[in-house]
Amino acid sequence: MRIKPEIGERHTLSVLVDNEAGILARIAGLFSARGYNIESLTVADITRDETISRITIVTSGPTPVIEQIIHQLERLVPVHKVTDLTEFGEHVERELALVKVAGAGDHRIEALRLADVYRARVVDATTDSFVFELTGGTDKIDKFIELMGELGLVEIARTGVVAIARGREAA
Amino acid sequence: MSKERPGAEILIEALVDLGVDVVFGYPGGAVLPIYDAMFKQNRIRHILVRQEGGAVHAAEGYARSTGKPGVVLVTSGPGATNAVTGITDALMDSIPIVVITGQVATTLIGTDAFQECDTVGITRHCSKHNYLVKDPNRLGDTIHEAFYLATSGRPGPVVVDLPKDVQVATGKYRKPDQISHKAYRPQVDPDPKLIEAAVEMLAAAERPILYTGGGIINSGPAASEALRELAKLTDAPITSTLMGLGAFPASGEQWLGMLGMHGTYEANLAMNQADLILALGARFDDRVTGRLDAFSPRSKKVHVDIDRSSINKTVRVDLPIVGDVGRAIAAMVAMWKQRQPRSHGLKPWWDQIGEWRARRSLEFPKSSTEIMPQLAIRRLWEATKDRAPIITTEVGQHQMWAAQHFGFEGPNKWLTSGGLGTMGYGLPAAIGAQVGNPEALVIDIAGEASILMNIQEMSTAAQYRLPVKVFILNNQYMGMVRQWQELTYSSRYAESYTEALPDFVKLAEAYGWTGLKLEKPGELDDGIAAMLAHPGPVMVDCRVAKLANCLPMIPSGAAHTDMILQANEISGEMDDEAKALV
Repeated sequence: MRIKPEIGERHTLSVLVDNEAGILARIAGLFSARGYNIESLTVADITRDETISRITIVTSGPTPVIEQIIHQLERLVPVHKVTDLTEFGEHVERELALVKVAGAGDHRIEALRLADVYRARVVDATTDSFVFELTGGTDKIDKFIELMGELGLVEIARTGVVAIARGREAA
Repeated sequence: MSKERPGAEILIEALVDLGVDVVFGYPGGAVLPIYDAMFKQNRIRHILVRQEGGAVHAAEGYARSTGKPGVVLVTSGPGATNAVTGITDALMDSIPIVVITGQVATTLIGTDAFQECDTVGITRHCSKHNYLVKDPNRLGDTIHEAFYLATSGRPGPVVVDLPKDVQVATGKYRKPDQISHKAYRPQVDPDPKLIEAAVEMLAAAERPILYTGGGIINSGPAASEALRELAKLTDAPITSTLMGLGAFPASGEQWLGMLGMHGTYEANLAMNQADLILALGARFDDRVTGRLDAFSPRSKKVHVDIDRSSINKTVRVDLPIVGDVGRAIAAMVAMWKQRQPRSHGLKPWWDQIGEWRARRSLEFPKSSTEIMPQLAIRRLWEATKDRAPIITTEVGQHQMWAAQHFGFEGPNKWLTSGGLGTMGYGLPAAIGAQVGNPEALVIDIAGEASILMNIQEMSTAAQYRLPVKVFILNNQYMGMVRQWQELTYSSRYAESYTEALPDFVKLAEAYGWTGLKLEKPGELDDGIAAMLAHPGPVMVDCRVAKLANCLPMIPSGAAHTDMILQANEISGEMDDEAKALV
């Protein structure tokens, strides 16, 4: 007997929650307990009085599983609202990455040239290294990192996806 | 009212304001301030259990039999971890309980202090919600909110972790006027348009069935009343999950018996052949549906549930209705009466059901030398039915036999661990039910393996003079495990036989109970009568046929149409796909 993995499409969920102790563990634990995927998860307080946080979760699964994820999230006591931005329609997704590259000579010049193409900024430089700051969609960042792989990539830090609906209304 | 007082006193004041009159608990270092405050008052009664797991099941039994939330008080560390099984049990069966756990002082949290454990971390995913209270001024509101969460929406367990310094430090308490939560808003009123659609579907159906569950019990006695009226109006057959037994009377003509893995032939076949399933407070559990792709293939499905996440979880439905099931049924009844929507009768459907009923799927083999376990349950039911007993069970064959052969006429009389399937549930649950219903006849129908899992609670029953009866169907096997081994592993009975059991009669006597042993079919009725005649707690060791199987049965992963009936030979080997299913 073999165990078949489930496949499904990628969804970006935006979750508004009470900013209280343990909320992140509650959300992350829900995903692990019920066997849902998390591709990325970001969280930050979004109110002046620090009462509400927005959690952006990128997950994947067949449509019924995504529906279940949404309803399970809504069931958590401190959750105010869950929006499936992928279903909602047009929205902006961004990630920020810091990418450290070390090298000399042609590699160093090529890294700088590619950074320019990708609109990455140099935020730290030594005689034999750079740290690039890059924002964009996940695909763009993946591609940039892949290119740097051939040019002396040392390490990467990424924020994971934050996302918001387009247009004047809140999602 | 604005006088400052210690957290422990605030806790008690809040519990009294919430109408709590009994707490099930066990003391320890981290709750000593609360126990001292308990000692100084007489408004709340404390029932001292013998292990914290017993306290939680007792609170569950109290809650399920009275409709009021059960309250548990235990200490930190092992007190809290012993409570975890019961908390998970209450979550799976949607039972309203509030568990107050002691915690080491806030200054010691995180230092691996004596009897410290991360209670909120451990219980985060097995409770409906939990709290760590760090400020005595927040304690009163938190307790009120905990009760609101436990009892509203889909009920469940709420844990409040209370550090020792917060119990001692002083703060202010004021009874809150009304509880409203910032984010939590359960939807109780169903959408009238959806009710209308459901009534139209029900009226149009030629082969409808009402599939009811524990949600009806949780909704309150009015929901059971409304269900009876809906059944009468629509003439639809009714089946129920394990959790929903009693919502509709077993003596009713429209009653098909329980459905699912050990349900009746007529209930499962009617589900399979129905053209409309009206699911009322039931959640399409795997024990009910059998193989999903073969589950009721030709029916439209309407699902009423207070928990949105229960709808479309495993079975896709055509009409989802979120709301309190009692209100939804009442709305359907009102709309049906107003519209008188149906022109056709259901005679062809009932004729078909009559044929299935004629299979008499609950029949069992007779024996003149051994007590058949099914017969024991039937005789127990016949001897007690006029007293509307509260029945608790442990988990296993005896539980399913009780569900099949004991007839329940009303709600809140059947207390069993359905979702989690916790062996050791029945005795403490019976104790809690007896505390909440001092005049009632409370019987734990048990197996000899399960009862040993919380046997220490016999001492609790003795201390409080609770006249609970424990009726053990003793076959010396973990019977359901043995049955599955027979079915799946060619009768290789790995570790399912108990070589050394206690003498239950002597055990009963050691705890100050009365013990009875029944061995022959001829002793059964007199034994039951003797048990009932005795005013105190009684343990009956009823020796039953050792290899009896609980049938009918839909094997795991099979369709409703693939039932094993009594006459079938069941021993054999199953393939790996089947072996992997629970």
